[in-house]
Amino acid sequence: MIAEFGYGIALVSFLVAVYSIFAAVYGATKKSASMVESARRAMLLTFPLISLAAGALIYLLVTNQFNVAFVYEVTSRSMPTYLKVTAWWGGQAGSLLFWSWLLAAFTSAVTLRKWDRDIEFLPWVIVVCSVTLVFFLGMVIFYENPFTRFWLVNGSVEPHMFAPLNATIFTPDDGNGLNPLLRHPGMVIHPPMLYLGFVSYVIPYAFAMAALITGRTDDRWIRLTRRWSLWAWLFLSFGLVLGGRWAYDVLGWGGYWGWDPVEIAAFMPWLTGTAFLHSVMIQEKRGMLKHWNMILVILTYALVIFGTFLTRSGVLSSVHAFANSPIGPLFMGFVSTTLVASIALVIYRWPTLRSETEMKSMLSREALFLLNNLLFMSILVVCFWGVIFPLISELFTGQKVTVGPPFYERATAPLFSALLFLSAVAPLSAWGHSTIQTLGRAIWKSAAAAAVVTITLFFTYTNKIGALIGFFLIALILFVTFQEFWRGTRARQQAQGENFLTALSRLMGRNRRRYGGYIIHISMALMAIGILGIELFQTSTQGALAKDETLTISGYTLQYKELASWEDRGEGVNYTRAVVDIFKDGEYIGELNPRIDYYFDSQQNMTIPGNRSTLKDDLYVLLVDWQPVSAVGATFKVYVNPLVNWLWIGSLVFLVGIVFAAWPDRDPAEEPARRSVTQRANQTSAADD
Amino acid sequence: MKKFLYTLIFIFLLSILFTGVAFAQEPLPSDDEVNAVASQLYCPVCESTPLDVCPTEACRQWRDLIRQQLADGMTEDQIKQYFVDNYGARVLAEPPKQGYFWLAYLLPPVLILAGAIMLFRSFKVWTKPQAASTGLDEEKSDPSKDEYVARFEEEIKKRN
Repeated sequence: MIAEFGYGIALVSFLVAVYSIFAAVYGATKKSASMVESARRAMLLTFPLISLAAGALIYLLVTNQFNVAFVYEVTSRSMPTYLKVTAWWGGQAGSLLFWSWLLAAFTSAVTLRKWDRDIEFLPWVIVVCSVTLVFFLGMVIFYENPFTRFWLVNGSVEPHMFAPLNATIFTPDDGNGLNPLLRHPGMVIHPPMLYLGFVSYVIPYAFAMAALITGRTDDRWIRLTRRWSLWAWLFLSFGLVLGGRWAYDVLGWGGYWGWDPVEIAAFMPWLTGTAFLHSVMIQEKRGMLKHWNMILVILTYALVIFGTFLTRSGVLSSVHAFANSPIGPLFMGFVSTTLVASIALVIYRWPTLRSETEMKSMLSREALFLLNNLLFMSILVVCFWGVIFPLISELFTGQKVTVGPPFYERATAPLFSALLFLSAVAPLSAWGHSTIQTLGRAIWKSAAAAAVVTITLFFTYTNKIGALIGFFLIALILFVTFQEFWRGTRARQQAQGENFLTALSRLMGRNRRRYGGYIIHISMALMAIGILGIELFQTSTQGALAKDETLTISGYTLQYKELASWEDRGEGVNYTRAVVDIFKDGEYIGELNPRIDYYFDSQQNMTIPGNRSTLKDDLYVLLVDWQPVSAVGATFKVYVNPLVNWLWIGSLVFLVGIVFAAWPDRDPAEEPARRSVTQRANQTSAADD
Repeated sequence: MKKFLYTLIFIFLLSILFTGVAFAQEPLPSDDEVNAVASQLYCPVCESTPLDVCPTEACRQWRDLIRQQLADGMTEDQIKQYFVDNYGARVLAEPPKQGYFWLAYLLPPVLILAGAIMLFRSFKVWTKPQAASTGLDEEKSDPSKDEYVARFEEEIKKRN
């Protein structure tokens, strides 16, 4: 009954969303305000409707209704209730409904805003959001229905939504249970964060399309969606970081990023989104790059759908799986159609998207931002090609190949280094015009300080050239950024007579985007320390140890003490946990407990490392194998990951930076009036945001 | 007694023989030596999983095979080739640098270079008029220094 209710409500939501498309198009073309309002209300209605459908699914999940195929696949009796709720996005069908629910929520939030002078955008924003919603709801209703149930038909069990003739419902005793890897707290939050990021990017895209359709191609659409873009970027970034942390904690290979196609699928829209965040500033400040910003937002939207397609269609395991997947070709068709239609609109409006001013200097802020865009696009090219090359190879030659970390690391390392360099230089260049002399004068002190740090590291830490270049760039970013904070605060102190802290907080509070951006630059530098550490200095060893035997690596000594194994029938898990004493330079510093959890329902292992984490390095110990009868010996794999903690610290600072930049502090409607004042003030500063 | 002596000598010789064999045996390669090769290979069955960290039983056996191959004196390249021959090019961490697979390596730099050239050409187009105007700004701002304006002014004076 609940399953039929959920399906019925999803179907009604689909029809309402379809209606909103037609009503919005009719209202816009016939200039009928009442039809546009009707479309808006229909759009608003989709959110409570999909919420009801989602509520029905959650009810089925938490009450162990194993006659529902989706519930059977992703839950089991032994799972705690909170995991049963989060299993909603743990499987394909549920995750598509989750996507739809988030999109309905975001679109409702957008349509509830005051539209006033932007009312002509409204119907087209509704159309774009509704088309996307209809696509995802269509998947849920026609292809990946989470409410499908098991039926006993002539002795065999078949999944159907409605009862076939002479069929009785079939209810298994227990479910398969969620993949143990997905039961980690990081993984519980990671997918929703990624989806939030993905879905948020639909809104800037919808406004861009509305601007193209209506011909209002000035930067109004960018100003209206600035915060959406920032929040989308926040969610996507947070999702990626959580994914990295989850991999580090659960996957048991000593790293956080494996250049796996699924990771890259989420990383690609982040790349275009980051380029877009920088590029829109050029349009806002200088009225340039209007074409490019349109293309970037279109690419971001296309990559969001493409990313979902990559992870959901089965195409990554094989092109044949894609061909057999009911939703793969549909996703491909949707991505292609929206991409072609969007680019056609850009071409149609090309003349109205001309720049208002010209580039004056190749060292101006806008020129450096363009270089930054080129670098992000270059990384995107490497990632995109790396992901699709195996598919192309299989399709045309029948031979499967792997494009793994060495390919990506070699290709992207110089590009990331160049990005670090730009992060250091760009804040010092001025909008409009900069010269080598002005940049040189602004940067030399920071460069000298960074050189001192690098020389010190050469004598005390490493003589690897790649690492020293990396540390120089990191130090340069940090010194330049702190110098910017210092310079701004001192100027304010002198002008306003405020004390240092007041001047700093007011300086930052009144230039949230600029100083939020600087915090993000600092966070990038901190994250780069961690990445350099683990990529260039990671060491590992593996060995089988009898009781009290030791293993030594990078100054650490591990002594195997004991191993215990026990079952928790309630949780449905068998735990095997080792006790390892750790010594650093001969001195006892603690105990680590690497373990392997075996989940009975899904018959899968989860490897949980024992990790001792400091700012200097992580000692990361994995239990690989053991002798089950006597438990006298066990095999351990041990990694020493230098500086990796800075990656997580940088991630936290990164989040602080984005939240600071995106935090609403004023009514956006007031901005145009203040813009001229701000511009006048900014003209006095060589280095504004 | 004689028989006992012969038996002792026989056992002694036998023990020397076995000890000799034991001394002649090379120790099996360590886990680290095996992983150094396995980390360059991908699990032929699982998706995107390096062989050194893959937890499946099949991969455990493949690691044992690598250990045996190392013990037999095979080089890294020979072991990798063995896996490619048996399981296809997908076991390598990157496409082999041969034939059609060169496309994997060549296309990104070509596209990036094309992007860079496009960008720098655009820079030139954008900055050219501005550079000209920057250089001539002051002259243009002074009508007396503009040849055309000066001639125009002169013509008007003549007509007047």
